[in-house]
Amino acid sequence: MADDRIKEKLEILADAAKYDVSCSSSGSDRKNKKGGLGNTGAGICHTYTEDGRCVSLLKILLTNHCIFDCAYCVSRRSNDIKRAAFTVQEVVDLTINFYRRNYIEGLFLSSGIFKNADYTMERLVLIAKKLRQEHNFNGYIHLKTIPGASDDLLNEAGLYADRLSVNLEIPTETGLKLLAPEKNRKDMDVPMDYLKNQIIRTKEEKKIFRSTPKFAPAGQSTQMIIGASGESDMHIMKTADHYYTEYNLKRVYYSGYIPISNDKRLPGLGSDVPVIRENRLYQSDWLLRFYGFKRDEIVNERHPNLDLDIDPKLGWALRNLDQFPVDINRAPYESIVRVPGIGVTSAKKIVAARRFGALRMEHLQKIGISANKVRYFISCQGFVPLMSDRPAEMIKHYILAASHTKYKKVFNQQLTLF
Amino acid sequence: MQQRTTLSYDGSWVGLLTAIFEVYEYKFDAASIQQMAQADQGDLFGARHEVHTDHAKAERVKKGVINRVGKKDFQELYAAYLSELQGVEDLILRLVRNYLAPDGVGLSQNYGHEDVLRIKQINKSVSRERHRFKAFVRFRKLSDELFFAKIDPDFNILPLIIPHFRDRYADQSWVIYDIKRDYGAYYNQSEVVEIHLSDLPSEREIMERGEDKEALYDELWRRYFRSTNITERKNTKLHLQHVPKRYWKYLNEKFDL
Ligand code: SF4
Repeated sequence: MADDRIKEKLEILADAAKYDVSCSSSGSDRKNKKGGLGNTGAGICHTYTEDGRCVSLLKILLTNHCIFDCAYCVSRRSNDIKRAAFTVQEVVDLTINFYRRNYIEGLFLSSGIFKNADYTMERLVLIAKKLRQEHNFNGYIHLKTIPGASDDLLNEAGLYADRLSVNLEIPTETGLKLLAPEKNRKDMDVPMDYLKNQIIRTKEEKKIFRSTPKFAPAGQSTQMIIGASGESDMHIMKTADHYYTEYNLKRVYYSGYIPISNDKRLPGLGSDVPVIRENRLYQSDWLLRFYGFKRDEIVNERHPNLDLDIDPKLGWALRNLDQFPVDINRAPYESIVRVPGIGVTSAKKIVAARRFGALRMEHLQKIGISANKVRYFISCQGFVPLMSDRPAEMIKHYILAASHTKYKKVFNQQLTLF
Repeated sequence: MQQRTTLSYDGSWVGLLTAIFEVYEYKFDAASIQQMAQADQGDLFGARHEVHTDHAKAERVKKGVINRVGKKDFQELYAAYLSELQGVEDLILRLVRNYLAPDGVGLSQNYGHEDVLRIKQINKSVSRERHRFKAFVRFRKLSDELFFAKIDPDFNILPLIIPHFRDRYADQSWVIYDIKRDYGAYYNQSEVVEIHLSDLPSEREIMERGEDKEALYDELWRRYFRSTNITERKNTKLHLQHVPKRYWKYLNEKFDL
């Protein structure tokens, strides 16, 4: 029956798409035009998978048929798996019907490459176009751009999609050569560069002509697989940094490699997914983008890898104890936000609240700051840090002993292997 | 000691603002505001004052507060009222008095102030709940083209999520019904009206009135949810943190798992 077939297709093509970790529906503010359907900007997670990841978009492949054979990918042509392909109309119907029931914020459509890049890209674009034009759909659309697709198609994709992404897959060029010999970095750089320029041009034109159509208003993002090809965190962050600055990426996603085969070039089946490392990379990424840190403060030749047992901000602080204690009532915002245990929101609250009088530890606790972590790094009214002159190792020990890190359980599981 | 006056109001927001107005109007120094039902069991020895909801008076309080501290802080008071927490009326009254006092401008930024801190905390909880229901409402399409959803929130957040759903689903008729408070919002593709269903359609009726394709999309969504999961990364603790069990009853993807 047709219904059974669509159920099976959905299972196959959602399963094949799940390795792309990004599910963000943010960065766009498409309004619901002329009483149509949907809008963006709310960035809602409609549910969470059992691994705790946000489900915001219907994330599927158009097909998992692929002419390529990338070692790290389940859809590679040499893999003996069930294959399926949606029709354009099927994807449109699924999206609209899920959206109307408030299951999703929109569609994240990717695909294996069948026949060739243009043939595949054309279909992705057609789906987005139908949604926008025939259904007056203003929800979120994220399209994967297929490396090698023509500029015309990329351009059209940008007119309908909120976000476009080209995945880098492997952080280093040598790693990519090893695992996906049919691909090379240039195939990814070329479309990224084209999109970057189109995005900039549209923004400029929009300043002059307000009617200029939107072009990928949520920008472009990419994803790298972590832990498949032996590179250090410094390598990974260097690559991320490069793409953030050279291509104006909105986000770089890090996806811990999930073992899918016994290919000798890769970590074997049953090895652990590096979830903690992935999380540390996200934390570092945030430190660079929102906390004013420079990359070489977080990773450098001497510290090429992030600590797994503590977060990168605490790691940095322990290596730079001479910059502490920070006086909560006098220090500039930039220094306060660097204190381990104080986030951007708390730092802003501190700066706002201290105008009404000197802050004490009780005030900080009420704002939601845990004394356990900050006490080694700050001074405030009525509180002098007694232990900030202890060696870094000892402070780290105290903090770890008193805290229950979110990942403790996972971490212990991993430790038992040694 | 000054005698304490208990003002009783009808439980509506306009009623609460009227009560605040009357605290000023009648110069009650020590005042406490309670919903009528609760006020009856209140302070036996204090004085009573019954408030008659009055839009003009309420409007003046609203204007006064907004002029002084701005829309955002006024909105915070409203969200706190929707929390329906015990004693929240008195907190709101104290804050309004503080805001309208000569040094009230900017007070809402003083995180060292107990009442300010409290209202921020309440707002955080209400806002979390509001956000969750934007996410967790699940519509079912009935045969008459109506999209229907039931909710059962801890706080009375329905008024706070209406604008979101009205903007998003402008081209479909929908009902979001709060079964705990027995009222709902019905959007008929031009405006949102309040409704009270004396007999809410039962689960069975909804299933029966459901459109042919309803069962299919329900099933597709559940399969999607299962297929998008990565078992190698299972993290139940994190999952529960995001989707606390008390919301599961509304999430079709969580049924029979
Ligand atoms: S081209 Fe894409 S879908 Fe095909 S094998 Fe490589 S990564 Fe997988």
